[in-house]
Amino acid sequence: MPLRQKLLVLYAHSPDLKSRVVSWATYDGTGNSSPTSGDEDKPPYGSVVAAMEDGWRVIQFPQQSMAHPGMEYHTSYLRYEYILEQLEEID
Amino acid sequence: MVAREHLLDSKQMAQFVADGYLRFDEVVPDELNKAAYKQMEAGDIERPGAGTKLGGVWQDSAIGQIIRLPQIQGAMASLVGSDPLYDHHAVHIVQPSHKQGQVWHADAIIDLRLDFDIQFFYFCHDTPREMGGTMILPGSQYRRVSESDIGRYQNFLGQLPMVCKAGTVMVCHHGIWHCAQPNLTQDTRYMFKLRLNPTQKQEQLWNTDDVDAPEIGGILGTNHEWYGNESRIEVVNRIRQWRHLTGNEKFDVSYWMGRLENAPSGTA
Repeated sequence: MPLRQKLLVLYAHSPDLKSRVVSWATYDGTGNSSPTSGDEDKPPYGSVVAAMEDGWRVIQFPQQSMAHPGMEYHTSYLRYEYILEQLEEID
Repeated sequence: MVAREHLLDSKQMAQFVADGYLRFDEVVPDELNKAAYKQMEAGDIERPGAGTKLGGVWQDSAIGQIIRLPQIQGAMASLVGSDPLYDHHAVHIVQPSHKQGQVWHADAIIDLRLDFDIQFFYFCHDTPREMGGTMILPGSQYRRVSESDIGRYQNFLGQLPMVCKAGTVMVCHHGIWHCAQPNLTQDTRYMFKLRLNPTQKQEQLWNTDDVDAPEIGGILGTNHEWYGNESRIEVVNRIRQWRHLTGNEKFDVSYWMGRLENAPSGTA
């Protein structure tokens, strides 16, 4: 049976993997669902660790770097982005 | 000249700075909603050139009457002055049974100015959740991103779908993150968006009677859960914006700027 990848992108409150999920997205390579913007009010897991406990594997860890000079008080993207995967068999 | 009673007050302005939007529910009378609906359905809204003075635009149309309603004029005058420029408008249409949401985006490109533009979002018919409407992310307006750079995101704690009755108007800072939501009904959804540029210094244009109200600091310190660990840095953004709006370069919230600006020069 071929395997397909499902991705879960969790944005944590802080670099702590046990900290609260504040934003999330899912991408489904099985074609069985089609997640979209604004489709959920509550995150699927309370933390990255809670997702790991349910079988999701962390495949990307956010790097931390010092703020560029002059940019110390500017904000843009969500900083603590963890990408997790599950592999699912399809027919 | 807009009557003072229709101007925003300082608490509303602080709310705009903290959240990036204000909403005015059911401010447009029903007959104008119906006339505007017809205009949008027919694609019958004149498109002036960017940079045209708004004052002379749409003199004889429902949309023109709507933007000249006292409450809309009051918000406009408070935020961008009484003689703003038309930047552009768009009629956003979501077809029936459209199941995909638009990607999150901010309009235009990275915009560093403290001199901000505003965008009106006008909903001419009832917009229940199954119809959308536009979803915004409160407090996102000072993030430095270019248009759909944020398209990977899907959901945030505190995201806000505009669910409203006909005649509701929302006014947003130009940088607010937003996306159209799916329309699961059998009716077409319309939303009219209008961007305006200021022509006068955006300093104390509102009703400033309550500018020293003790609640202002608390409003500007409002947290949005999706900020996570960056909530304090967002308060710095707001302090800078409030200083720009009030002309008070000493204004502070919870001593966040005062501590950073402390440059001791005395000797013991």
